[in-house]
Amino acid sequence: MEEDQELERKMSGVKTSMAEGERKTALEMVQAAGTDRHCVTFVLHEEDHTLGNSLRYMIMKNPEVEFCGYTTTHPSESKINLRIQTRGALPAVEPFQRGLTELMNVCQHVLDKFEASIKEYKDQKANRNEATF
Amino acid sequence: MISAHASVRYSDHVEELKMAAAQAVEEMRTRVVLGEFGVRNVHTTDFPGNYSGYDDAWDQDRFEKNFRVDVVHMDESSLEFDMVGIDAAIANAFRRILLAEVPTMAVEKVLVYNNTSIVQDEILAHRLGLIPIHADPRLFEYRNQGDEEGTEIDTLQFRLQVRCTRNPHAAKDSSDPNELYVNHKVYTRHMTWVPLGNQADLFPEGTIRPVHDDILIAQLRPGQEIDLLMHCVKGIGKDHAKFSPVATASYRLLPDITLLEPVEGEAAVELSRCFSPGVIEVQEIQGKKVARVANPRLDTFSREVFRNEKLKKVVRLARVRDHYIFSVESTGVLPPDVLVSEAIKVLMGKCRRFLDELDAVQMD
Repeated sequence: MEEDQELERKMSGVKTSMAEGERKTALEMVQAAGTDRHCVTFVLHEEDHTLGNSLRYMIMKNPEVEFCGYTTTHPSESKINLRIQTRGALPAVEPFQRGLTELMNVCQHVLDKFEASIKEYKDQKANRNEATF
Repeated sequence: MISAHASVRYSDHVEELKMAAAQAVEEMRTRVVLGEFGVRNVHTTDFPGNYSGYDDAWDQDRFEKNFRVDVVHMDESSLEFDMVGIDAAIANAFRRILLAEVPTMAVEKVLVYNNTSIVQDEILAHRLGLIPIHADPRLFEYRNQGDEEGTEIDTLQFRLQVRCTRNPHAAKDSSDPNELYVNHKVYTRHMTWVPLGNQADLFPEGTIRPVHDDILIAQLRPGQEIDLLMHCVKGIGKDHAKFSPVATASYRLLPDITLLEPVEGEAAVELSRCFSPGVIEVQEIQGKKVARVANPRLDTFSREVFRNEKLKKVVRLARVRDHYIFSVESTGVLPPDVLVSEAIKVLMGKCRRFLDELDAVQMD
């Protein structure tokens, strides 16, 4: 049984550094043969708990996701394994993509609110300084 | 045999139990409780399916309605603000990025022409690397791997040349080094900027300098000299801590102190002394001293109240799970509010990078 199972690796490579001829993979997908695409382990290179935990939270908030977890493989290697299992036949890349998009929207909203708050604070301080003079 | 009178009490009792259960669920969802010997309800549990009757699926509109940012205090080097309505995973991501992934410029390569001081070359180079450099890192690029020389778009050059001599005008029997020697202390103000290429046009005089000009780098005696050239590059804290733009960035959760029973008299005064000043206020109502929770935000949770046998049953110490009080102290490279904005943009950049990767894969 164990010998029969082969791991299908899909490598995606994009030139992430400016040196000539160097290709660094940023994202890999590992899937056991025999399962359709609803259980996939994503290997994210050069990432750690910063993106791993926040992405895991966003993906878990999706009711279609049955299981989502991440792990740092070894402290000396900077990569994380993020596993997603969906209920039904939804391909696992879909909640992954949705989680990334939703996280980006959260960040955008936090940025807007933060900058508005800073501006308001600075205006208030300027008004208070004017009032005292 | 249940009499009519007893059955009315039973339904009241059921209502009470339902309310207590609902309160317990609310506490589990919204509070981290500090018990005497441990902390309860630490992890986020509000995922879809965990609680019946609650819709916990991600809803951007609900998030935007509940989310707010309040700036409490800001000056040029430190910022304190509250972020309410966000989860620990994302707040922690911002904190981690502030510490390790917001880039700055710092001295990386030191070319030593002459160093006859007693500070070894490598120690001196290490100290120079830790000096914060006042240059906006967003105006520079990362240096290409394998590039030894550096170009004007990714490198800043500084010169440090100091020679210590004896002061001919010193008093004969003086023992004060400030009087006896000239240039015996090397400060960051002795560092001079050497513009490369068109940097002199881009950056006005005096804008590229170390943040503080009174950092002591080394001490010399007559005859000793330090003559070196420094290259600053752009980097992130993950690579080396000298690139971290914050003195520190941290957050704490808003404390939530509830009195389970009214506390009066001497016990009220005792209670106020168990917490940080200003948290518990003792008021005189009809001649009796009554304790009231005035400002729980000030408390630092020393848990002194648990050492008092009578009072530990009266208080519930908890923290509000989604209210984060951030404190960001900048080293001076960028103002702290700019640092927080940059940190949020870094997280967005990470998400975008993987979305692009996914699109590239789906194209093949």
